Formats: sequence, structure tokens, C-alpha cells
Amino acid sequence: MGVAIEVQNLNAWFGKSQVLQDISMKVDANHVTAVIGPSGCGKSTYVRCLNRMHETIPDAKVHGNVQVGDIDVYGSGTAAVDVRRRIGMVFQKPNPFPTMSIYDNVAAGLKLNGYNNRRELDDIVERSLRLAALWDEVKDVLKKKSGSSLSGGQQQRLCIARALAVEPELLLMDEPASALDPISTGKIEELIFQLKERYTVVIVTHNMQQAARVADYTCFFLMGKLIEFDKTEKIFTTPSDKRTEDYITGRFG
Amino acid sequence: MQTKHLSLRRRLTNYVMTGSAGLAAALVLAPLIAIFSYLVYKGIGAINWAFLTQLPKPVGEIGGGMGNGIVGSAVILFIGSLIGVPLGVGSGIYLSEIGRNKFSQVIRFTADVLNGVPSIVMGIAVYALVVLRQGHFSALSGGVALGIMMVPTIARTTEEMLLMVPHSVREAAMGLGVSQWRTTMSITLPSAASGVITGIMLAFARVAGETAPLLFTAFGNQYWNRNPDQPTAALPLQIYTYAISPFDDWHRQAWAGALVLIVLIVAAVTLVRVAASRGRMASA
Amino acid sequence: MRTRFQQGLDDLKANLLEMGGLAESVIEAAAEGYTRRDAAACQIVFGREKAINDAERHIDGIAVDLLAMQQPMASDLRFILAVLKINADLERVGDQAVNIAQRALDLISGPVLDIPVDVPRMTTAVSTMVRRALESFISANTEVAEAVLQMDNVVDRMKDEAFVTLVKQMEKDPVNIRFYLDALLVTRNLERIADHATNIAEDVIFWVRGDDVRHGQGLVKAAELEREIDDRHSH
Repeated sequence: MGVAIEVQNLNAWFGKSQVLQDISMKVDANHVTAVIGPSGCGKSTYVRCLNRMHETIPDAKVHGNVQVGDIDVYGSGTAAVDVRRRIGMVFQKPNPFPTMSIYDNVAAGLKLNGYNNRRELDDIVERSLRLAALWDEVKDVLKKKSGSSLSGGQQQRLCIARALAVEPELLLMDEPASALDPISTGKIEELIFQLKERYTVVIVTHNMQQAARVADYTCFFLMGKLIEFDKTEKIFTTPSDKRTEDYITGRFG
Repeated sequence: MQTKHLSLRRRLTNYVMTGSAGLAAALVLAPLIAIFSYLVYKGIGAINWAFLTQLPKPVGEIGGGMGNGIVGSAVILFIGSLIGVPLGVGSGIYLSEIGRNKFSQVIRFTADVLNGVPSIVMGIAVYALVVLRQGHFSALSGGVALGIMMVPTIARTTEEMLLMVPHSVREAAMGLGVSQWRTTMSITLPSAASGVITGIMLAFARVAGETAPLLFTAFGNQYWNRNPDQPTAALPLQIYTYAISPFDDWHRQAWAGALVLIVLIVAAVTLVRVAASRGRMASA
Repeated sequence: MRTRFQQGLDDLKANLLEMGGLAESVIEAAAEGYTRRDAAACQIVFGREKAINDAERHIDGIAVDLLAMQQPMASDLRFILAVLKINADLERVGDQAVNIAQRALDLISGPVLDIPVDVPRMTTAVSTMVRRALESFISANTEVAEAVLQMDNVVDRMKDEAFVTLVKQMEKDPVNIRFYLDALLVTRNLERIADHATNIAEDVIFWVRGDDVRHGQGLVKAAELEREIDDRHSH
């Protein structure tokens, strides 16, 4: 099930320039937290620091404490690969594995990590596709169609199913609907609402109305700093910081 | 009035350019077709079952074939591929997946240089390094020479094809906690498979016809040879020997050999392509 | 930023202030009608009521459109919600003024009586509250708004005192009960107008601070306001 996150003094760099400054926050389990802010404010970087994807970029550096459930993400004994196995990620542009069928795509996280029990995989694939609201649309062509033959919205739901198949404790979503049409976006938002029963979700979005629609908590980033973090209703009706107010009323950004 | 003029000029330019491009393409194809037709014309007469299966007859006698050359070439090429493909693909993987350091620059430079080494020089080098040490000619040393020649092409093509795989696919795998090695082997490489295979086939086709490197390594053999550690016959060598000879019968057989060589290369490439695409369908 | 939206907001503000001006004017006119026994003044009130109602519909329309089309957030959202509520309060103020004018007409139809209730003073207090409330809206000044909240107590006291006085009068002069009742109703109408002014002030505070201060607190700047009322009244 979902876990709580605690971040302490997180700093991150791209080469010499610092992109995250001293971020600290606590995220509740089984809630959806949205990360909003203007372009370049560090919200994607922040989320990628949570599952140690940031460091895969050459010249990237991270410093600080991140605790996801019982995982000390940056602890000296923790392997990045293990962290990423337990934290799922969905990217902005749907990226199903092009050479694999729908079935293999969903099972990839398990198969590539050595898990091969056929019967259980069948169950897991079905469960994940149901969770992602994609089962009915693809159940007859699981092994016949490749992942990339689906529509954009379906591909993204496939990627969500793939992320869910490994039962992550935390699901990170980096602008998951920004490349999709409104109807697919609506389906994904509905999905997120259902997912929070079982998972903790952190979603980066540049669409404030989306954050307002799906998130329980919202945090506002500006130029690498965390400006405000609060319940979504509060942020969008009576934000405490003027910068937050200016951003969400469209005065800048 | 003016628009009509413009569109006429535009259309004319279009036709001229399209025509020129078509002409250029035809000019490229022409020598190919010409050579192939000539080969067929000259060589088809001498091809028969005996030619394909028999040993060369001694000087002066009519008949015989290049059976041992065909088999020998196959063996040498097989050994060459065993060396060239893993080294080439491996280097390609390193260059693409890791390659932004000084070492990679060195590798790339070396590969480019190696590519430019004349094949005869390659033959002499392998002669000095392998044949002399072994004390005899062999299919093995021939394979080594050809294999090394395959590496630069395969490495560069593999690197390029892997780089063409969008980074988002690797990210997806990384996000699932798959190690970089597993990602490359199970996701990235299969995605680039068709391009990589093309690179391998290109290298193969090129070295399949090389004669010079085999002169001082495989050396050639008039008889059947089961042992790769002994001098072995090869089609290009046979063709060369027969072509510079004063005998008409041998000339005819040289043409036939050349035709057979080209046909076999084309057949091998096609076979691999078909098998690869069939394989991909199965796993999809 | 967001020119279309800003124009909409400015439009709302201008319309609301215009409506506020109308509301203030009908309070004055109704009071005139009462104190000077001026039937013409009462007619002015009836005439302006339509304008007030039209203004309410117009403002509602603009506000709803802005909500639907511009997805306002935070203070913009609170502003539009405040405008909608103030809109309703001002329309009710208009209704109360009409009631006062009707009572005035009835009084005019009767004999001139000495009614020992200082309606003019009460009117001044009430219209000051309305004016200050609208000013707090224009300048987004919560301190002025809070002072208006305190003034409501003063007006309530005036109303209670008037009740006691008028009851005594009715006992003394039962023949003219009807007219004393008119006066009583007028004080009631005035007190309701004060309530609406209070509502407007609360809405302003909600908009500016995001605080919901209804049915509750406010700071003490009332003394200043009382002094101002005395000053105005003595002119």
C-alpha cells in the first residue's frame, strides 16, 4: 500500500548550476500531492530526485535526505536500482517498449528483474491493466499487438499499468496527461483519483486546474525553492504567499 | 499574369531536379547491373554441379571445381564473424551507452583508422602476428584478418543505431529499476536490432569478397580441409589464382567463381534478413 | 496579464460602485421624504428601484461569465464571490429604501405629528455605514470594514431606544397609532439597511484576507466612526 514521504534539505545540481535549494516537506500516504510551478522551477527535477532518476543525467548531483516509507533513498547502503524498483514512474510522453507486446510491456518490470512465474504473471498483468482502466480495451490482443500500436491515451494507461505491475509504494507522475487530448486526460485524472486508495501519488503538472481537480495537497515551486505546501483547497482559495497567489491567478508564469 | 509565370518556372525546376535525381540513381545502378549481367554472361556457362562440388583439377586438366573454395570461404567467414560481430557490437554498445569519455574518443578514432587500413596491410599484419607465431597458414588466421576488418563498420553502425533509440525508452526501463546492462540487452538493442543487423551484413558482405588479407593468412588449398588450423581454400583466392593464369578453362571457372561468390553473399544477407524479421514477429 | 480577465474585473467593480451610489442616493431620498414630508422625494425612490434591480441582474451576469470562462483562483475568486454577495445586499438596501418611502407617503397623508425619534440621526449613521462599507470595497481596506462591523451595535441601540419611545407615545396618543407604527417600521428598515452594510463589510474582509468573519469578530475602530457620524449629522 502507499507510504509516507519525508524530504529533508534536498539540494540538486546540473553541473554547476543549482536547480533545487533546500527542499523539505512531508507527504502523507495514500494521498495525491501535486507539484506546480512555472517552467524551470525545478518541479520535474524534484520528482526525479525522489526515485534517483536525476543522477542518471551526466553531471547531475544530489544532496540531502529522502525517506520513502522505509527506504532511505540516498542512504549509503541503498542501491539506486532498488529504489527505482519500489518507486514507479510515469513520464510525460508515453514510452511503451516498442518491440514488446502489450502483455510483455506490462510484465516488463517483473520479467526484466528475473521474475518469471507464468501463471502469476498472467494475473498480475490482468490486475494492472484493470487498475489502469485499460483491460477491457486490450484483453483480446494482449500478445498480438505491440505496445506502440495503441493510441496516445491508451499508451499512457499502458505505461501506468506497467508501473503498477511491480506494486510500487510510491507512484511518481511527471505531467502524465500533458501530451494527451482532453478525454484521455479526463480518464487519467479519474484513474489517479482511484489509485490513491492503494498508492501514494506525486504528480507534476503545469496545468493548475488539473492540480486543483485531482490533488489533496499541492506544493508550489519557484526557481528551485519550495514556496508553499498545503491542502489544495487552501492553496487555491487563500494562499499564504504572495508569489503563490501571483502564480495561480496568472499574474506570471 | 505573374503568378502563372512563377508556377511554370517552379514546375519546370521541379521536373528538372526530379529528373536529375532519377538520372543519378540510374547512373549508380547502371554499373551494378552491368557488372552483374556481365558476370552472368561470362560465368553461367561454367556453372554446374561439378563446379560447385569438386576440387580443382591439376594444371592442364579440364574440369574440376571450386567446391573447397566455397566451403573454405564459409569457414573463414564464420570464424571472422565470431570475432568481428561480438567485438563490433560490444564496442558499439560501449560507445553508445557509456561513451562520453576520453576512452570513447580513442575508440572511435581507432575504428576510423582501422577502417582505412588497406586490406593487404591487414593481411600482412595478421601474417606477422598470427601466422609467424603459429608457424603455418590457417583458416583461423584468415578469420582473424577478416574479423578485424569487420569491427569498425559494425561498431560504428551499432553505435549509431543504438543512439537512434529514443532516450525515453531507456528511461522507462530505468524507472522500473532495470539495471543499465539489462536495459541495453533487453530493450535498447532489440529496438535497434534491424539497424544493427544491417551493419553486420554490410561488414560481412564487404569482407566476404576480400582477397588480399587471405593471401598471407589462409593461403589457399587445393584440397578439402577439415582443420581450420591449416591452410584453407577460399573463393576469392581461387578466383584470383585462376584469373591471372594463362589457361582459358581456368578463366571461365574464375568468372563462374565470381558469379557464385556474389550470389552466395546476396543469399546469405537475404537469409539473415528474413530470419531476423521472422524472429521479431515471433517476439512481438 | 490576462487583459480580458482584468477588464472583466474592472467592469464588475465599476458597475458595483455605480449601484452602490444608487443605493446611497435612495437612502437619502427616502429619509428626505420622511423628515420633510416630501412626496416627490419618495417618488424618486420608486423610480430608482428599477435601475437598482437592473444593475443587480447585469452584475450577476458578468460575474457568472467570469467564473465560467476564466477559472479565477484565490483572491480573484474571492473577489467575484464578494461582488455577488454585495450585489444582493445592495439590491436589498434598495428594497428597504422603497419600504421607507412607502411609510413616508403614509405619514404624509396624515396630520403633522411630533414623533420623538431622531430618524435623521439614524439615517446619517446608516448611510455612513453603507458609504464606508463601499469605500472599504474600493480601497480593499479591512480596517474600515471592521469599523463598520462595530457600528452595527450603535444602530441596533438606536433602534431599540426608538422602540421604547414609540411604544410610550402610542400609549399616550392611541388615536395616531398608525403613524407611530409607520415611524417604528422606518426605524426597522433603517436597521436592516445597517445589517446589509455589515454584510458588505464582512464580504470585503473575506475577499481581502480570506477570513470568514461573519457572525463574529472585528477590531475596535468604532470610536472614530461614531465621531464621524456626529460630525456629519451636525451639518
